[in-house]
Amino acid sequence: MSAPAIDPVRTPAPAAATGKAAESRRATPARFDTALGWSDRPGVAWGLRILLCAIALGVFAAPFLTILSGAFTTHASGSSLSFLPHDSTLQNFKVAGERGIWDYFTNSLVIAGGALLLQLAVSVLAAYALARHRFRGQALILTLFMLTMMLPEEVIAIPLSLVLGHVPVVGLDLKGTAWGVILPLGAWGFSVMLLTEFMKDIPTEIEEAARLDGVGEFRMLWQVVLPLCKPALGVAGVLGFVMIWDQYLLPLIASKDPTDYTVTVALSILRTDPEVGSGVVLAGAVIALVPSLIVYLLLQRSLVTGIAAGATKG
Amino acid sequence: MTATVTPPVARRARVLSKKAVLPWVFLAPGLLLALVFKFLPMGKGVWLSFFEVRPFLGDKWVGLDNYTRVLTDHRFQDAIGHTLLLGLGQSLGAILVGFLLALLLEGQARSLKIMRTAVFLPVVTATAVVGEMWRLLYYPTSDGLINHGLGFLGLGPTPFLDNPNTALWATMVMSVWMLAPYNMVIILAGLAGVDRTLYEAAAMDGVSLWQRLRYVTLPAIRPALGIVLTLAAIRGLRVFTEVFVLTGGGPAGSTEVWMTRAYTLGFTRNDIGGASAASVVLLCVTLLLTVTVNYFRKRGDVR
Repeated sequence: MSAPAIDPVRTPAPAAATGKAAESRRATPARFDTALGWSDRPGVAWGLRILLCAIALGVFAAPFLTILSGAFTTHASGSSLSFLPHDSTLQNFKVAGERGIWDYFTNSLVIAGGALLLQLAVSVLAAYALARHRFRGQALILTLFMLTMMLPEEVIAIPLSLVLGHVPVVGLDLKGTAWGVILPLGAWGFSVMLLTEFMKDIPTEIEEAARLDGVGEFRMLWQVVLPLCKPALGVAGVLGFVMIWDQYLLPLIASKDPTDYTVTVALSILRTDPEVGSGVVLAGAVIALVPSLIVYLLLQRSLVTGIAAGATKG
Repeated sequence: MTATVTPPVARRARVLSKKAVLPWVFLAPGLLLALVFKFLPMGKGVWLSFFEVRPFLGDKWVGLDNYTRVLTDHRFQDAIGHTLLLGLGQSLGAILVGFLLALLLEGQARSLKIMRTAVFLPVVTATAVVGEMWRLLYYPTSDGLINHGLGFLGLGPTPFLDNPNTALWATMVMSVWMLAPYNMVIILAGLAGVDRTLYEAAAMDGVSLWQRLRYVTLPAIRPALGIVLTLAAIRGLRVFTEVFVLTGGGPAGSTEVWMTRAYTLGFTRNDIGGASAASVVLLCVTLLLTVTVNYFRKRGDVR
């Protein structure tokens, strides 16, 4: 990855500003590139921008440094947080480990991995049908999938917890199992929409050629369409992961006892443990933070594309 | 003769039916999951909202009693106020801050891209983690980080989360912090689409910076702002995790929002009927809001 940074502004050039216009813009940099007309040369505006950037960085990124430093500080309490650890130690992580943080973390990983795989598989299948087939009731199905986005766990929490305790027809009790969190996350309208829109743009000629070669539907999806969908899968994957990792209420209501909690929910247990200091809670927070951080840094460009796409589709 | 004609017809019919069935095979997993874990609970919630739910005794039909009870309960009435205040405040605040961030961080320089990456961190962080972080930032004594900063300004330590007068505002600030970078990205995408020649033309006409923002930039990014506001409003209505993690609805119910109240009712007090009624009310408001917004957006597109 050449430029590991959020970049929705990569192609700002409007159709008119090509050739000579673009050339001249490069000669006099920045003047009309931004809404505020920031200057690239040292001066009052330049200094002001740097100052404001520093403040923004302080407000939005610096708090992460405090949790990092607190996590590595001995006897960290809320009252002695700073940006740099006083005397670094791994003690907090050890205590957090004794309180079972790694078990919670494993729960989280199992749930996140399973839910993401299920979500992607379900979305790819549904999107393939919606984008590549015409059938009766298509508009209705599309609306149903969109409705799933409007039924967040918060709103259906109470009846959902009853359903999880006794799934109709099969009569299974999913509470206390990873499935109780994974299955409700399977149908996510957003990734269905995203993949449908993307698949519609794949030229049909490719499929027709494959069909002449006698390729069946499932092989078509697996070997022809899916490889072409990689960018969209990246987007759906990152956004799906962030959404799944952010779940709080669902793991809470799907659990039978605290050992079933995910790491994000378990933070509240650490906090209410009287023998445990803030440093240990922060160590837990760092552990809960790392996976989303890794996914974000690996795939941030997809994330931004996805946010922009989601915003325009709504 | 007939024997030679029938087989192709039969085969075509079979192929047709196979073709008709195929999409449903692909749709089945998604529809099944949505049905069992989304629509069934929704239906069940609506159903239960008309009952007094009594485990082991059987449910008792009470009609709209749950609704009247919920809507006349003063703690729920307070919760409506808090939800609206929090939802509106965090939406508008996050848009304003997101807009300012976008204006500040617009541009091609590599350093700006790194800045955007850093500023975006709160969005990918799980809400529960953000909550724990801010609990410590808000630490009530004078050596808590924010209070320490206030100390430099000569202001006394404020117990942000423990004071009923400040707790809701403190929650709002955290939400704005969490949501603003998300809005920044959408608004940045909007800003990127502004025709640069308009800026040049404006400069030729000698307009001030403020006029340029007001008459060129803002109209151009209005669609982006509309989307951001809608998403934020819908999100604001069902706010739960932030409040639950940060204050749990306290102190003295001063940050109780609609969903934390429903949660308490349903899971701690076991009043499933009442909690369902509360959820249905929220669902209706969310749907109404979504439909209204879509209506206006479609009309806007046509215009």
